[in-house]
Amino acid sequence: MEHPILFLNLLFEKLGLPVVASASEAHSFWQYLLLPHVTYTWVIMILLFVLGAMASKRLEMVPRGGQNFFETVLVGIENFMIDVTGEEGRFAFPVIATLGFFILFSNYMGMVPGFFAPTASINTTLACALIVVVYTHVIGIRFHGVKYIKHFMGPIWWLTPLIMPIELIGHFARVLSLSIRLFGNIMGEELVLAILFFLAGLYLAPLPMMFLGLFTGFIQAFIFCLLSMMYFAGAIEEAH
Amino acid sequence: MTKKVGLLTTLFLLGLATVALAQDAGAAEKVEGLRFFMYSAIAAGFGIAIAAFGCGIGQGIAVKSSVEGIARNPEASGKVTVTMLIGLAMIESLCIYALVVALILIYANPVSSLIQGFVGLAAH
Repeated sequence: MEHPILFLNLLFEKLGLPVVASASEAHSFWQYLLLPHVTYTWVIMILLFVLGAMASKRLEMVPRGGQNFFETVLVGIENFMIDVTGEEGRFAFPVIATLGFFILFSNYMGMVPGFFAPTASINTTLACALIVVVYTHVIGIRFHGVKYIKHFMGPIWWLTPLIMPIELIGHFARVLSLSIRLFGNIMGEELVLAILFFLAGLYLAPLPMMFLGLFTGFIQAFIFCLLSMMYFAGAIEEAH
Repeated sequence: MTKKVGLLTTLFLLGLATVALAQDAGAAEKVEGLRFFMYSAIAAGFGIAIAAFGCGIGQGIAVKSSVEGIARNPEASGKVTVTMLIGLAMIESLCIYALVVALILIYANPVSSLIQGFVGLAAH
């Protein structure tokens, strides 16, 4: 696979910092720290901070402009989340919204030439999936204490030796499915774009795929947040 | 009958080609490595093809039901569309799992350094 041209890598090379284009060539600690998916995560962090600061600089009772837009979006996400998890799930809203914005922005950053989507690396998506699954268990223990184990035991008590391994494997599969779904979608999109560009770049062949990429970027962020909400709801509610 | 004979002949010729192409010291392990990569490339192609076939049928059934639902009750088209999109993303993720396995077989193959050294792209 040919290495794409990345703006931050060019900038770091001009500054003399050790950068490599992919994880297989990294050996020292600084090379690992300056891998593209890490540095572009910082770019998204800075972007989200700047947007949040701009939107909340002077809060007014009757919102206008950027504050209005963000209030609409966030209230929409919050209402959708309360529909899924119920009223006691409101505390988990910042995690969901942050993950949603992060994944949305990083999916769209892959569409811009010269930038790299951090979610196109399995490391970022695995991190997001681990955050969600570990937080699910933390919520379960916080709400139910030791009785959280009843979530894994199934409806009838003598079926427990059969159902408990299946539930545990299911929880591990949640990590795998969340991370690989997001990684596969974004990485596959980039791969198709790279191949189409290599085959027929002059005839603007990647353009329809880029429209599809915008569509799937939004849908994958939405699906990630929806599944996270459903896992949280499953941990909050009583076991059947 | 002729198609099966044709397929077996192709595989046999490919197998012969590995022996013919690697005529130097350590030839046996290079032949084995090349053969492993050949089989994993064939498996990657067939794997993603079968996954896309199943995914196409699954998503087709999902879209069929949602379009019928909208045709019966056009006022519910918003909810039906959202549910359909969620279902489509779930079904598509199964095809994505097969795609990731195919990508692993081609790009993260344990014999990939051997292949690259053989073709001359990198030091083996």
